[in-house]
Amino acid sequence: MSVTLHATLQDFGPVLALILFGFLPNEVWRLVGLMLVHGLDEKSQIIVWVRAVATAMLAGVLAQLILSTSGPLASIPVSVRIGAAVLGFAAFLVTRRSVFAGVLAGEAAILLGTYFLGT
Amino acid sequence: MSVEPADPPAHVAFQVFLDGIVSAVRSVFFYVLVGNYVGLGALAHEVGFTFWWMALSTVLIWAAPAQVILVSTLSTAALFEVALAVTLSSVRFLPMVAAILPTMRRPGVRQRDLILPMHLTAISVWVEGMRLLPLMPVERRVAFYNGLGIGLMSGAVIGGAVGFVLAAKLPPLLSAALLFFTPMAILMSSARNSRTLLDGVAFALGLVVGPIVAAQKIGLDLMWTGLIAGTMAYAVHRLREARRKGAS
Repeated sequence: MSVTLHATLQDFGPVLALILFGFLPNEVWRLVGLMLVHGLDEKSQIIVWVRAVATAMLAGVLAQLILSTSGPLASIPVSVRIGAAVLGFAAFLVTRRSVFAGVLAGEAAILLGTYFLGT
Repeated sequence: MSVEPADPPAHVAFQVFLDGIVSAVRSVFFYVLVGNYVGLGALAHEVGFTFWWMALSTVLIWAAPAQVILVSTLSTAALFEVALAVTLSSVRFLPMVAAILPTMRRPGVRQRDLILPMHLTAISVWVEGMRLLPLMPVERRVAFYNGLGIGLMSGAVIGGAVGFVLAAKLPPLLSAALLFFTPMAILMSSARNSRTLLDGVAFALGLVVGPIVAAQKIGLDLMWTGLIAGTMAYAVHRLREARRKGAS
């Protein structure tokens, strides 16, 4: 076990490391989802609840990406990320809910904001 | 109930599969994925992974947040920690797969027919699938979803390749800004798609509960966000249903 705990990329090589430490820990959740719903109906109350949980988690991912303080996105100030999301959403609303327009406006805002305010 | 729907003939299934690919290319997520994966491909190049490693990671993992973690930590952190971070970022797939697969199930669909749809499930495919699958007959949904998923995954693979090739010309800050395509698309398409009270409340509560849970530093943020906000939204939904039944 201690070998795996301290193992690094050099011990496995990039492709094996991708499968063991990227693919498998990621795929396990999809597999559990597949096995749990075996025999369940789409209208069952459990599935209605699961759908609400999935939707809430999606919102959680969004909040995490906008507020995250680690990873490559952290080089863009949080204020710029929030501002761009608000601008994009405003563009989405004024274009009668066009996702294309909203995403483009938000991305344009983040590029400009990053260019002028990024660290 | 009517007669059980039979399997469509092979040429019809193929046509439906192609319809799925067309829907993928017409979805905003296709372009969002290209943009996002240009950023990811550039990042992979910067860290020193190969072109084919990047493509393989997209096909096998098919989750941008997990790939960002993998690309930015695999060469520096202990592999055990990398695997832990990846798995914590991917909990969302459990409820997503569990919510979408039952819409494709009917007598005659075997568990192994659902393995490809299971693997193709990612935020983009799930959001578009939840919107489009209810609009079509149940016997077409597996083929359509496979087309949709493979179409969207192609956009990601293409974006990753372009980013990898362009990496030398892309400043790191620009690659980071490109990663912002994903949260924007999640925000806008969820706002467009949440037609039911349950979806809207679950999403809004998730936005509020997510940062609160993260601030507690108890770990497993996404799992707790989903369970707390999702269950609250479900309770609101049940209360409303009960009141509606009581009124009628």
